[in-house]
Amino acid sequence: MRKIWDIHGGVHPPENKAQSLGRGIEPAGIPPQLIHPLSQHIGAPAAPVVEVGQRVLKGQMIAEAKGFVSVPVHAASSGTVVAIELREIPHPSGLSAPCVVIDTDGKDEWIDHSGVDDYSALDKPALLNLIRDAGIAGMGGAGFPSAVKLSTRDDAKIDTLIINGTECEPYITADDILMRERADQIIAGVKVLQHLIQPSEQTLIGVEDNKAEGIAALRAAAEGSSIEVVVFPTKYPSGGEKQLIQILTGREVPSGGLPADVGIVCQNIGTCVAIHRAVTHGEPLISRVTTVTGDACSAPGNFEVLLGTPVDYLLNLGGFHKEQCIRLVMGGPMMGFTLKDTSVPVVKTTNCLLAPTKKELPPPPPAQACIRCGMCAEACPASLLPQQMYWFARGKEYEKLEDHNLFDCIECGACSYACPSNIPLVQYYRASKSEIRKQQQEKVKSEHAKARFEARKERIEREDAEKEARRKARQEAAKKKATAGLDPVAAAQQKAAASDAGKDPAQAAIEKAMAKRSGNAPEESDDEKRARLQKAVTTAEKRLESASTKLEEARASDAANLGALQTAFDRMTEKLGQAKEELAQFLSAESQQTETQNNAADPAQAAIARAQAARASAAEQSPLEKAQQLVASLEKRLEKSEQKLQEAKAAGSDTADVLEKSTTTLRDKLESARGELAQRSDSEAPTEAVAATTDPAQLAIEKAMAAREAAANMSADEKAKKALESLESRVKKTREKLAEAEAGGADTVDVLRDTLAKLEEKLAAARDTAS
Amino acid sequence: MAFLTVSSPHAHGPLDTATVMRLVLLSTLPGVFALSYFFGFGTIINILWASALALGMEAAVLKVRKRPVGFYLNDGSALVTAVLLGIALPPASPWWLIAVGILFAIVFAKHLYGGMGYNPFNPAMVGYVVLLISFPVQMTSWLAPAGSFDGSLLGPIDAVMRVFSLGQVDAVTMATPLDVLKQNDSLLIKDLWADSTQFGSLAGVGWEWANVGFLAGGLYLLYRRVFTWHAPVSMLVALFVMSALFYDGGSSASGGSPMFHLFSGATMLGAFFIVTDPVTSAVSNKGRIIYGACIGLLIYLIRAWGNYPDAVAFAVLLMNFAAPLLDHYTQPRTYGHKTTPRKGEGE
Ligand code: SF4
Ligand code: SF4
Repeated sequence: MRKIWDIHGGVHPPENKAQSLGRGIEPAGIPPQLIHPLSQHIGAPAAPVVEVGQRVLKGQMIAEAKGFVSVPVHAASSGTVVAIELREIPHPSGLSAPCVVIDTDGKDEWIDHSGVDDYSALDKPALLNLIRDAGIAGMGGAGFPSAVKLSTRDDAKIDTLIINGTECEPYITADDILMRERADQIIAGVKVLQHLIQPSEQTLIGVEDNKAEGIAALRAAAEGSSIEVVVFPTKYPSGGEKQLIQILTGREVPSGGLPADVGIVCQNIGTCVAIHRAVTHGEPLISRVTTVTGDACSAPGNFEVLLGTPVDYLLNLGGFHKEQCIRLVMGGPMMGFTLKDTSVPVVKTTNCLLAPTKKELPPPPPAQACIRCGMCAEACPASLLPQQMYWFARGKEYEKLEDHNLFDCIECGACSYACPSNIPLVQYYRASKSEIRKQQQEKVKSEHAKARFEARKERIEREDAEKEARRKARQEAAKKKATAGLDPVAAAQQKAAASDAGKDPAQAAIEKAMAKRSGNAPEESDDEKRARLQKAVTTAEKRLESASTKLEEARASDAANLGALQTAFDRMTEKLGQAKEELAQFLSAESQQTETQNNAADPAQAAIARAQAARASAAEQSPLEKAQQLVASLEKRLEKSEQKLQEAKAAGSDTADVLEKSTTTLRDKLESARGELAQRSDSEAPTEAVAATTDPAQLAIEKAMAAREAAANMSADEKAKKALESLESRVKKTREKLAEAEAGGADTVDVLRDTLAKLEEKLAAARDTAS
Repeated sequence: MAFLTVSSPHAHGPLDTATVMRLVLLSTLPGVFALSYFFGFGTIINILWASALALGMEAAVLKVRKRPVGFYLNDGSALVTAVLLGIALPPASPWWLIAVGILFAIVFAKHLYGGMGYNPFNPAMVGYVVLLISFPVQMTSWLAPAGSFDGSLLGPIDAVMRVFSLGQVDAVTMATPLDVLKQNDSLLIKDLWADSTQFGSLAGVGWEWANVGFLAGGLYLLYRRVFTWHAPVSMLVALFVMSALFYDGGSSASGGSPMFHLFSGATMLGAFFIVTDPVTSAVSNKGRIIYGACIGLLIYLIRAWGNYPDAVAFAVLLMNFAAPLLDHYTQPRTYGHKTTPRKGEGE
């Protein structure tokens, strides 16, 4: 027997599962109208790609994913799009949201689709894309895009894949019936996940012991595979992701963390079936199994229902008696939410429609005083002190609430269930959480405003300093020219030496100015400073990235730590902002300086350099990185000397020969450096192969290099044209972004405006030279 | 018909506060029965009079505080306080004594602190201690148990007459076994036992059965999950351990046998009906173990070396003081956290 762990607390509400298990899964058929909300998942809503009046086929994508944390939506049957408009959607808030409405034609005509023959031949990104394009989002409740959940960071070592077949909520039997009838599909889906995740130790399917039949079916289907079905005592809420992880492995997901932090990836049974269908048959997620139950239904059961089917259509199949039903719950009696009316559609997360009578789930009696009996604490699976949190929530003592780990509350409702005084505890926690989140957002907003103000002030100061520096530099240069009827080669050398040391007069002036402002000791050289700043930015970016994934996932699971994560996220954003600001200041000062001596700064070059530095600072420098840097710096030098050579040639100067020579040497050096780099990349490939493709810095480098190469093969005219084009497209993009930001009232408006102005300037200049 | 829009959870457990209180009241019956069997109808009259007073005062205070009277009376907590005080007072105590006790319990200890759920001290015990300090004579005149004297026990009429001073009622009072043991400094326990008529097989005649009765009621409540085992068990264990340590085989200086202590005085009543009062005890299980153990310890210390023969009320009140502190230091470790929250941080 495998060891299983116990979770703290928990309650044993009457299971009420037998009612809906009398029959097998029945097809719900095609309703006359399908309503497809664009947001049935956590993350950005999908964007419609069909038009009103258009005929669509079953399985056709009608809205595409927008952004990383998003999934597309597909038509569940063939028919005509009759509206794209706001409709009421099933959501605790009772909000309306944009939906694609399809009048079905009853033909149920499929779009061309086919699965992959051998998914093991697909690599991870391809498989993930497939899963994402099939519109699959967690079907156990929260609806987090599965592909996002499955794209674990490469450095996260996943040893355990857990499939959640717990279904601990009373009444719901959708997963149970799937196990009984479609165990093969579940196991097939799990195998896809195994291939995708490559768990190094084990793959476990956790099921509560009240599902004997399902367990037997799963075990039979899993025969001969490395998948183990683990059975544990029934207790609510064993099916919470964190709780299940604790039961099966004894590990606790750290507060504010993800299962991946303890080497675990968790997926739901229903999701496995959807993944199997998507991969093997090419079917997107357009239907699911939903339980219809409750005493107000005379024919409770499980239905294979097309997504988008109106709830009343489905309820009628279950023999719904509206007049007997006191409240209509989507989900289970512990965590489900009530629907105001029956016109809302079934969505990807709809696992149950519960229509209880008044006798079955009577309206809550008025709350009595808390008698501090501690039954809530006894029941809490997160080992919180609900009664204390209740006092604090009532007193609006938000800090104390956070001290008492309010955000670790998973809103399972066990405490409210147990409370003899009928206090709606969870309601208090929800309200407090959203209040705290609101406050945090406001705080962040005001801090951003402050930061913006200060950034502007600093920019003005900086610009003054730079002007002064440039003026001095000009004077200096004039002086030099005057003093020296020198051999021009020597002069060039001198200049090169000066710039090598990073001590040309303009720069020195800037440095001084900057040192004075930032109060930094002037010992720090430019390179050091740049590296330091860039490092700060990259680390901040990295952190922000991971914080944002965590945040999204937490949102998905509506997790307890959302507040903490939000704070962390906001802090990160702020830090990143600061770091970027600093870096930008520095870089602009620096580029100004290079521009004074070298007017045509190559953007590709800059990108390479930046990316390089970012990468270098992101990790301990490996030989590979050193090689990359060498290549980059050689490229820079080569470019400069090429330019000088051209100038010299154009001017018919006698230094041309010398320059020619040095350029050739440089080119040779660069070639050999490139060769070494290529080799190193190869030799380090096994460990870095995956990383390389995903590392944004690396990608940037590659892109920039490619651009450079392309540029090198172009004539001057072409180059100019190309530059013009790219500038134009950048201006356009920035304009779009700005418009978006303005529409959304985003904080980035100012920054974008700045950028746009600068870009337009450049564009004007480029047009001048081109014409 | 519009559907209800309420937030989850939609299901609710079987226990509600009124049910809890009813269960508690029900569970006192075996003990009350034993008391009445051995000491006459005095306890029952105590309880009835106390209950009437408690309900009246509770209603009056609620009215003054402009709270819905019916709603709060329904929770049964005033009744529980009255019953517990009625049991704790000597059978057929004077009516005014009971009235003063209830006044302090309901008005002062409960409502002046904010009412149900807000009171830091157990109301019944506050009432009891106030009386014990103010009226030591009345509070220590316990009736003699059946069989220990010639004559009959108080019948219902006699008890009422005695409570309300309606006429001369003969009643034999006697020192309680705990008292006797305390006063004893010459006899071996064995001889003391043989010497006094009020000692039974485990402890005092009547007392042992009353304790058995409350134990039975308590076990029933445990079975119904009205409270957890932590506080009562740890209290009994602590008391047992202390009395075993100082038993010394039964010399004249002995503190009495462990069994004697477990089944004497208000031990079982305290363990299952007072210590388990949710409002005034510690909240977490760990906290409750410490809370119960400290009470057991204090009970023994006061019984053996204090000025009062029984000590449950004092011990409980002392620990009521400490409960918030215990709560502070016994916060459970939240899932996913390495350490317990706020340890060592000031309130
Ligand atoms: S269960 Fe209810 S009454 Fe008991 S302590 Fe918790 S909140 Fe208070
Ligand atoms: S809702 Fe929150 S506080 Fe209540 S039992 Fe669940 S996790 Fe604990």
